[in-house]
Amino acid sequence: MAMLSDAASPAATVDASAPGAVAETPYYIELRNVTLVYGEGDGQILAIENLQLQLRRGDFIAVVGPSGCGKSTLTKLVTGLLPPTAGTIIVDGKRVQAPIKDVGMAFQNATLMPWRTTLGNVMLPLEVVEPHKSRLRHARAEYVARAEALLRSVGLQGFAAKHTWELSGGMQQRASLCRALIHEPHLLMLDEPFAALDAFTREELWSIMQDLWLQRRFTTILVTHDLREAVYLADTVHVMSNRPGRFVLRRDVDLPRPRTLGTTFDPRFIDIVHELRDKIGEVKAA
Amino acid sequence: MTGRQRRIVRQVLPWVVTLGMLGIWELVCRVFHVAEFILPPPSAVAAAMSQYHAIILDNAAWTLLTTALGFGLALVCGVLLGLAIGASTLVYSGLYPVLVGFNSIPKVALVPVFVIWFGIGTVPAILTAFALSFFPIAVNVATGIATVEPEMQDVLRALGAKRHEILLKVGIPRSLPYLFASLKVAVTLAFVGSVISETVASNRGIGYLMLAASSRFQVALVFAGVCAVAIMGIAMYAICAVLEQRLVYWAYRSQK
Repeated sequence: MAMLSDAASPAATVDASAPGAVAETPYYIELRNVTLVYGEGDGQILAIENLQLQLRRGDFIAVVGPSGCGKSTLTKLVTGLLPPTAGTIIVDGKRVQAPIKDVGMAFQNATLMPWRTTLGNVMLPLEVVEPHKSRLRHARAEYVARAEALLRSVGLQGFAAKHTWELSGGMQQRASLCRALIHEPHLLMLDEPFAALDAFTREELWSIMQDLWLQRRFTTILVTHDLREAVYLADTVHVMSNRPGRFVLRRDVDLPRPRTLGTTFDPRFIDIVHELRDKIGEVKAA
Repeated sequence: MTGRQRRIVRQVLPWVVTLGMLGIWELVCRVFHVAEFILPPPSAVAAAMSQYHAIILDNAAWTLLTTALGFGLALVCGVLLGLAIGASTLVYSGLYPVLVGFNSIPKVALVPVFVIWFGIGTVPAILTAFALSFFPIAVNVATGIATVEPEMQDVLRALGAKRHEILLKVGIPRSLPYLFASLKVAVTLAFVGSVISETVASNRGIGYLMLAASSRFQVALVFAGVCAVAIMGIAMYAICAVLEQRLVYWAYRSQK
C-alpha cells in the first residue's frame, strides 16, 4: 500500500515529536493529518485518513456517518486508547501518546459492573482518578452525596443501592452517564450511548444530557448515527465519509439553547437534518 | 404445587434418590445372593462403618487434611497463574501449551516419582491432589480475565487506570464466577488425587485403609471407605457452593 506511506509523511509528526511534548495550538483538541491503519501485511485496512479536527474548550460536537466509517475509532484516537499510524493529536496543549487521564466515556452498552451496586458503579472513577482517589477514604460521605445528587439529576433517585441488573436498559444508560461524569472530566466521549434505547427514553436522555452539559460545559464528542440526536445536542456536526474515514462536511447548528423536543419540529432543525442526510447518502453512494 | 412445597420437594429429592439407590443395591444383593466379598449389601457396609468407625474417622481425617492442603495449594497457585496467563498474552503464549501438556499426563504416573523424591506418605498425597486440581482453577481464572469486555477496560483506561488497577477492579471480580465453577470441579479432583496416592504409596489415609481392607477381603470395609470419601467430597463441594452463593450471587441473577 504505497498510498499509506504517503499519508505517513514526516510533515505530520515533526512539529511535536517528543513524548508528551507541549504543542502550540489555540484549540483544546486538535487532530492534524491523523491516519490510522488496522492490521498488518496484506490484511491492512485504512480506517481513517488525514483527519483534521479542532475543538475549543467546552464545545459539543457530533460525528455522524455511515456505519463502519471509523466514528468509534475516532473516540479511541482522541483519548489515546489507540495510537494513530500517522499524524498528531493534541489535547489540552499536550501531544497524546498514551491513554489520557480523567476522560469520561459512555458506550452503546452501559458496561456497568454487575458485582457493584448502581452507586458503586457511579463511584468507580473516584477510586481511580486523582485527587479523588486519595481523598475518597476521608471524604466518603461527601462523595456519596455527590454521586446521589448526580443520580437524582438523571432521575435515578432511590436506585443507588440497587444492583445494575435490576435496572432497565434506559436506567443503566443513565447510570453509565453518571459514571462518565462523576469525576467532573473536562472531556466526555459518547459513543452511541442512546442507540440501544427506545425512542421515548432516548429523547428524554437527550434533554438530560443537554441540561448536564449546560451546567458544566465539559468538552464533548458525540458519535452517533442518529442525525436528529446529533442536531439536537451538538453545536457542530461533522459528517464522516465511508472508509477510509474523512470529514466531508462540517455543519454548525445555530439553534438556540436549551433545545426542546419542540425544536426538533422547527423547520431550521429539519433543514439541517435533511442537509446531513443528503450528504451521508452522497458519501454512501460514492 | 406452591412455591414452598416445591422447595421442600427439592430439598428432599436427593435423599430420596440416594435411599432408593441403596435400596435397589440391597435388594439386588439379597435376591441374587451375591457373595459379600464381591459386592457387600449396604447393610453390611453400614455395619462395617459402625464397627470400624474409629479407624475410618482417623484415616478420613488424614485424607481430608492432605486433600485440603493439596487443594489449598492448587487454589493459591492456580489463581496466581490464572491471573498471570489471563492478564498477559506473553505469559499466555509461553505457558499455556506447557500447562496443557502437563494436564494430559496421567497423574497416577506421577505418584511413584513423588515417592522417589519425598518418600512414602503425606507429601506425595498432597502433591497428587495439587496436580489434579490445579489445572481447572488456572484455566478458569485465566478465561475469566481474558474475556473481560474491552469496553469495560476502556472505561478504566480512559480514566488513567494502571494495569493492576484494571485487574483489581474488573479482572478479578469478573473471574470470580469462573473461579468458583472450577473450585467445585477441583475439590472433587483433589480427593481423587489424594486417595489414589494413598492407595499407591502411603501408610495412612482412606486410600491406604481401602487397600489394606481389600487385601484382607474385607470388602464391606472397602466400600465403607468409598462412602467416607464420597461424604467428604460432598461436604467440600457444599462449602464451595455456599461460598459461591455468598460471593458471586450477582452472576446468578436470572435464577432469582
